[in-house]
Amino acid sequence: MIEADNLSKSYRVADKQPGLMGTLRHFFRRKHKTVEAVKSVSFNIEPGEVVGFLGPNGAGKTTALKMLTGLIHPTDGSVSVAGHRPFARKAAFLKQITLVMGQKQQLLWDLPASESLRINAAIYDIDDTEAKRRIDTLAEMLSLDEELTKPVRKLSLGERMKCELLAALLHNPKVLFLDEPTLGLDVNAQATVRQFLRDYNKEHEATVLLTSHYMADITALCERVMLIHKGSLIYDGSLDGILNQFAPYREVKVELAEPITNGQMDTYGEVQSIDGRVARLIVQRDALTRTVDRLLAERDVCDMTVTDPPIEEVIGRVFTDGVAD
Amino acid sequence: MLRRTRTLLSVSFAHMLEYRAELFLWMLASVMPFIMMGLWVSASSDESANYALGPLEFARYFIAMFIVRQLTMIWVIWDFEWHVVEGRLSPYLLQPMDPVWRFIAGHVAERGARGPFVLVLLVLFFVLYPDAWWVPALRDVGLCVLAVVLAFLLRFMMQYTMAMGCFWVERASGMEAMTFALYMFLSGMVAPLEIFPPSVREIAMWTPFPYLVYFPSTLLVDSAGAAAGGLDIARGFAVLTGWLVVFTLLNRWLWRMGLKHYSAMGA
Repeated sequence: MIEADNLSKSYRVADKQPGLMGTLRHFFRRKHKTVEAVKSVSFNIEPGEVVGFLGPNGAGKTTALKMLTGLIHPTDGSVSVAGHRPFARKAAFLKQITLVMGQKQQLLWDLPASESLRINAAIYDIDDTEAKRRIDTLAEMLSLDEELTKPVRKLSLGERMKCELLAALLHNPKVLFLDEPTLGLDVNAQATVRQFLRDYNKEHEATVLLTSHYMADITALCERVMLIHKGSLIYDGSLDGILNQFAPYREVKVELAEPITNGQMDTYGEVQSIDGRVARLIVQRDALTRTVDRLLAERDVCDMTVTDPPIEEVIGRVFTDGVAD
Repeated sequence: MLRRTRTLLSVSFAHMLEYRAELFLWMLASVMPFIMMGLWVSASSDESANYALGPLEFARYFIAMFIVRQLTMIWVIWDFEWHVVEGRLSPYLLQPMDPVWRFIAGHVAERGARGPFVLVLLVLFFVLYPDAWWVPALRDVGLCVLAVVLAFLLRFMMQYTMAMGCFWVERASGMEAMTFALYMFLSGMVAPLEIFPPSVREIAMWTPFPYLVYFPSTLLVDSAGAAAGGLDIARGFAVLTGWLVVFTLLNRWLWRMGLKHYSAMGA
């Protein structure tokens, strides 16, 4: 459904130094630099798949989404979505896709969302009866009612996002590009949006490519994730696979009979915290059995648990600790 | 197509009505024709003055110009620029309809919202200056309506073509400011072209500017009189249509080139 082959995008951006001199220099002699936002990214997404696209700010996620939707032309490589070249922007292609950006809106700010929905129904050639049926169905799934007839500017962020989703999905797109769809929403609104996306995917067998900074979105919706870092794709696989590839360690929580003193546990692994009789250690996976044996033999252990580190922590380490480099 | 047009117009009309106060203020800000009228009526009332038009003709010309200006007011360059800079163009580009129809619908709907205010000002004007009252011939109204529709499209296409600069430099409204002086003088906003030196007038009539204001205004006042005074109406429509075709073709070419260059900033 989505195929990207060596997809690349470079930008020329103005490089301005701060201060008055920088401003004057910038005015008279403009300097530019080329930024490689996306570097030779290749992947293939099957129909009905929900894929998480993860990366820190500026990693190239949004640029990649813009190329996949046809908003911008790639510098190099090729891309095909639903059998179309996106940047040709054919009506047959545009009727199959949608792009939702959490920090941007397509609804008319001063009018109720219902007016934007009327326009969308006309643009996508959905007749009035069918449009009403779809609006009713989607509104019920999103728990929307009178929000649709209030001016958009009067809605809360969560209500507005739900209206945005309704407007973006009115034409029953087969491919959904979602860029931070839960950004800034409270926990309840996030949960509603996640549940809605899950139901929509199930009902329409839609293909979804989702970026989010909230791991809960990814773990709730995606079985497959792609990690992008500095424009390059550094991982494409299952969520569990990330642990194997980027977290070759386990977290060992051990409770001893006596209070633990500083330095006492250093020989067993990387000490994360000590709280009275409880210590949290990071232990390399290949040394795990040996370490557990030593702890049981050398210390008076009351309780011990071995767990995978939280996925958020692992991905955070991938991007911040330079694991990806 | 019909449903799209109807929906876009009705929603755009609703959108415009949200800004009633702003609309009224904008309209008050466009009373320049009345100021120019005052100046020219006063100047031509002087018995030593030897202008091609008398005080009454000046008054009628400027009131016709006021109507024409209200019907051909265009701001698409600023609107488009805002959409590009704020990242609002991107959602429109992902829909199976050229965004130009949204901008056109916005402009057309605004005429409907502006209409009642214009009528009030016109009534007020003729109450204060009843001598200027005239009933245009049906033929003049027909010619003026045709000229106004074409002038609206030409002015829209001229601005929209300059707006394409946003794809390369983000802010293109400077280009409109650059051409505004030409528009002011050659369109007949400052003075009707009858009082220009013949050579300047002849050159001006080959540019698009007189057809934006002067041409439709003159047709509304008295097309037969204007023709007798040397205005070639058929040639006027031909030049107007020619410029419309030129700007439409140029616009479509720049649109295609611009989309390749579009960076979808802010979205």
